[in-house]
Amino acid sequence: MNAGPLGSTFDPHSPEALAISTLFVQTLVICGIIGAVVAGLVGTCIVRFREGKRPGEPVQNHGNRKLEITWTLIPLAIVIGLFVLTAHAMAASDPPANREPDIVVIGHQWWWEARYASGAVTANEIHVPVGKDLLLRIESADVIHDFWVPQLGRKVDAIPGHPSTIWMQADVAGTYLGACAEFCGAEHAWMRIVVVADSPADFDAWDRHQREPAQVGSVLTSEVVRGAIDFRNKTCVSCHAVGGVGDARVAPDLTHLAQRKTLGAGVLPNDPASLARWLREPQVVKPASHMPDLNLDDGEVNDLTAYLETLR
Amino acid sequence: MSTATSPLTEEKQHHGSHAHDLVGPFSWVATVDHKRIGILYLVTALFFFCVGGLEALVIRLQLARPNSTLVSAETFNQLFTMHGTTMIFLVVMPTLVGFGNYLVPLMIGARDMAFPRLNAMSYWLLPFGGFLLHFSVMAGGAPAGGWFAYAPLTETPFSSTQGTDYWVLALLVLGVGSVATAINFIATILTLRAPGMTMGRVPLFVWMTFVTSILVVLALPVLNASIVLLLVDRQLDAHVFLASGGGNAVLWQHFFWTFGHPEVYILALPAFGMISEIIPVFSRKPIYGHAFIAASTVAIAVLSFGVWAHHMFAVGLGHTADIFFAGGSMLIAIPTGVKIFNWIATMWGGSIRFTTAMLFATAFLVEFVIGGLSGITFAAAPIDWQVTDTYYVVAHFHYVAFGGTAFALLGGIYYWFPKMSGRCLSERLGKANFWLMVLGFNMTFFVQHFLGILGMPRRVFTYPDLPYWGVLNMVSTVGACLMGLAALLLVANLVFSLKRGRVAGDNPWDAWTLEWATTSPPPHDNFAEVPQVNGRRPLWDLAHAGAASEKHETDAKPKPERTFDKGAVAVWSFIASEAGFFVILIIAYVFFNFGTAGDAAGPSAATVLDVKKTGAFTACLFASSGTLWLSERSLHKKDHAAAFRWLVVTIALGGVFIVGQGSEYLGLFERGIGVSTNLFATTFFTLTGFHGLHVTVGLFALMITLGLMLPGDFRKRSPSLLRSVGLYWHFVDVVWLVVFSIVYLRIR
Repeated sequence: MNAGPLGSTFDPHSPEALAISTLFVQTLVICGIIGAVVAGLVGTCIVRFREGKRPGEPVQNHGNRKLEITWTLIPLAIVIGLFVLTAHAMAASDPPANREPDIVVIGHQWWWEARYASGAVTANEIHVPVGKDLLLRIESADVIHDFWVPQLGRKVDAIPGHPSTIWMQADVAGTYLGACAEFCGAEHAWMRIVVVADSPADFDAWDRHQREPAQVGSVLTSEVVRGAIDFRNKTCVSCHAVGGVGDARVAPDLTHLAQRKTLGAGVLPNDPASLARWLREPQVVKPASHMPDLNLDDGEVNDLTAYLETLR
Repeated sequence: MSTATSPLTEEKQHHGSHAHDLVGPFSWVATVDHKRIGILYLVTALFFFCVGGLEALVIRLQLARPNSTLVSAETFNQLFTMHGTTMIFLVVMPTLVGFGNYLVPLMIGARDMAFPRLNAMSYWLLPFGGFLLHFSVMAGGAPAGGWFAYAPLTETPFSSTQGTDYWVLALLVLGVGSVATAINFIATILTLRAPGMTMGRVPLFVWMTFVTSILVVLALPVLNASIVLLLVDRQLDAHVFLASGGGNAVLWQHFFWTFGHPEVYILALPAFGMISEIIPVFSRKPIYGHAFIAASTVAIAVLSFGVWAHHMFAVGLGHTADIFFAGGSMLIAIPTGVKIFNWIATMWGGSIRFTTAMLFATAFLVEFVIGGLSGITFAAAPIDWQVTDTYYVVAHFHYVAFGGTAFALLGGIYYWFPKMSGRCLSERLGKANFWLMVLGFNMTFFVQHFLGILGMPRRVFTYPDLPYWGVLNMVSTVGACLMGLAALLLVANLVFSLKRGRVAGDNPWDAWTLEWATTSPPPHDNFAEVPQVNGRRPLWDLAHAGAASEKHETDAKPKPERTFDKGAVAVWSFIASEAGFFVILIIAYVFFNFGTAGDAAGPSAATVLDVKKTGAFTACLFASSGTLWLSERSLHKKDHAAAFRWLVVTIALGGVFIVGQGSEYLGLFERGIGVSTNLFATTFFTLTGFHGLHVTVGLFALMITLGLMLPGDFRKRSPSLLRSVGLYWHFVDVVWLVVFSIVYLRIR
């Protein structure tokens, strides 16, 4: 089930996003009316008061105090109304945090780390249970990023030394797209977010599975074994954690990599061919990313791909 | 010099001779004529407009299709950083200053700006700043942190090339030039108006330039202080904005937008002024609600300093802050709306002639209102939480900055080119230019609203192939190419009409302000004779001599206005600007030393500063203010010997202070405490160091004054130099009073 491919701000799928989109529509209606009035007046001037329509010099009118006061007070009234709507929407779309966060999301150049209160750790693809209001704490490991999934609510900056919290609840199961919205350096474009809303039962299964170490044993081919050895020998393990193998936190946790939809925070789809390409030429696929080109030969790429594909 | 002499004659003897003697290109280099300097500004801005425009075109070509690889991510980031910085600091500001330079003295019936040489210096800082900015390309890469240069991305660990350093240096140079120009405008407008030209009668363009200049004087120093701190971080290894060392990244945003929001109005107000000149002339009516337009401008200027954090709603400052800044930002809609309605009321009932200038002014009304209304959606903070940092905001500020300011500037070019060149621009090319620009502009930017709503962040070098993203971006890119063509037409029109345009005559539009009372182009001294000004439309009054239509204002006899000394006005403006600079450094010090922020470990004011010793040389500095006052008094009494002696004592006391501060620094260095030791040390050395620099500059100024007191010439030039330098010296002492209380006495 997909929650709508458009991912539009006007297609909210959470109470928080709905409050904002309602305010957005109300404001646009007000602004639309004002814009139409102004355009109408300008249009009337263009049509009615064009040179040559009336003979002689126009009346030299310098102003009118009553009119000035009128067009000061009417906008003031509109602004007050809008302010009330804004304050209301603010409370509804961004309630204060009142407990420990369910998920800590940490922005890195250029990927997202997600650490669940349950102990599950993943990257770039966040699973949530449908209908449950989750509290997210947004942090940064380096520069300022911004966590934004339009259909699920407000964005908030991930600022080093200045964590923020937001509420997130998905009303409908499906996939919601988001992205880093604050310019964070070279690969800002490829710092995308996928939120997958599962039914509560599916989510529990996912959450339990995430906390288990990688299951390599079931598909033990010689390629996989060589890949697992390369994963250590080629120093992958010094940046990437794989449950039961290593616990580095510099780069995305790969314990269940093969389950995810994308690689490199959205730069490639997650399939064996793309994974092989990512391993072979990461600096071509995502230049300036911190994934180094290790000059792997074809055999090593093949083995590592086979190994990583088993990380389900 | 006093304004008791006629402002129409006083500058003549000063500078009239130099530039006139030279011919050819060098006469442009040496010129101090406000009209030539104005044209230099405009030509330079046009050059950088082409540069910034080409950068924009490459940006749009890269974004035309998803997953494009036309340019690399790093090139793209440099392009948009340079595009933003160029368009703001090297195009729009210089264009507004260029028009101001050319027009303000003409419009108020003056012979030149108050300080013609300072004016020339301000201009030459512009190409110098532009050169510094672009030199970065040869020094390892252009800046790539965006025009807002958010820390910590712009800090050394994340931006290791020198691009950001050149960006800082360029902005410092340009900032000094802008402040100098602003001070010059303030002094010119306050002291050089023609007889009868009261502040209530100056054309609205002059009024708006005046208000803008006050904004520049107050806001640019905030930027200068902030980028100095960034440079201290980068070059001296401090960490004011680096959270990893106890610094604070959010502080940069507060500082930057305290400058950045007034900057938005610095870019907009003079354009409003142009619209307020163009619309009445082509509607054949006086501006409607003159006083309300003028007052609403002041309201906008005041409000602009209280709304900076609406650029920071996504930071998560909390609802109290967000609601305050949302309300404040919404209020700005009211004075802006007042302007719009008055402009429309000016057209209403008129006899409108749609020249190209008027077409641009009319289009301005519509485009600017669209940008203003989308601005209201940003003031409603929750909407901002959704669409800030997306293409929706790119659309919004281009509707304001291009559909607003640039359209007004284009109108201004078509309106005033005849005055500057003596020839009209081609109306045929002009209309093609106009329609192509309107079409291209709306194609480029209107669709970007939708991209933002669909979730496309700004400043991305490419994007995935999501539904509608590709097609909307392609429309935007095609529109940008049309804008490029329109810009080409403009350049072609300028080049063509310069030689072959219709001869303009003095007043081709039958306009009413004083610049049209002289020849096109005006002679070096602007006017053969300036008429007595009796109203807001001097040329209308002349043509309708004795007519009663301006009755309601001539009835109320204007009170004789106060006259100001231009030196004093300049020094007071300069002091206001310097105060802005120190306020930021003081805030930084207080932030990291009096609160919970900062790093507790390491030296602090309580542990390393010797209050008694510093108190002793502080007493010398304060005493020097007293001796300077005695010197001024003696000079006033014409006791030159005593004045000379007291000035020597003043300089000696100032010298003691500097030596004392130097020995304090040496003591700290010997204990291993340097700028990068911790945040106390960084903010201490930055604050006291910049104060020391000001004392040193003040000492030089006092010594120059002393030198000028030696020969007899100075005595004829009245004590105004000593008074001006003295004001500055007293100001430096007052700053030290504040610094000493906060840093040494630790008064909270």
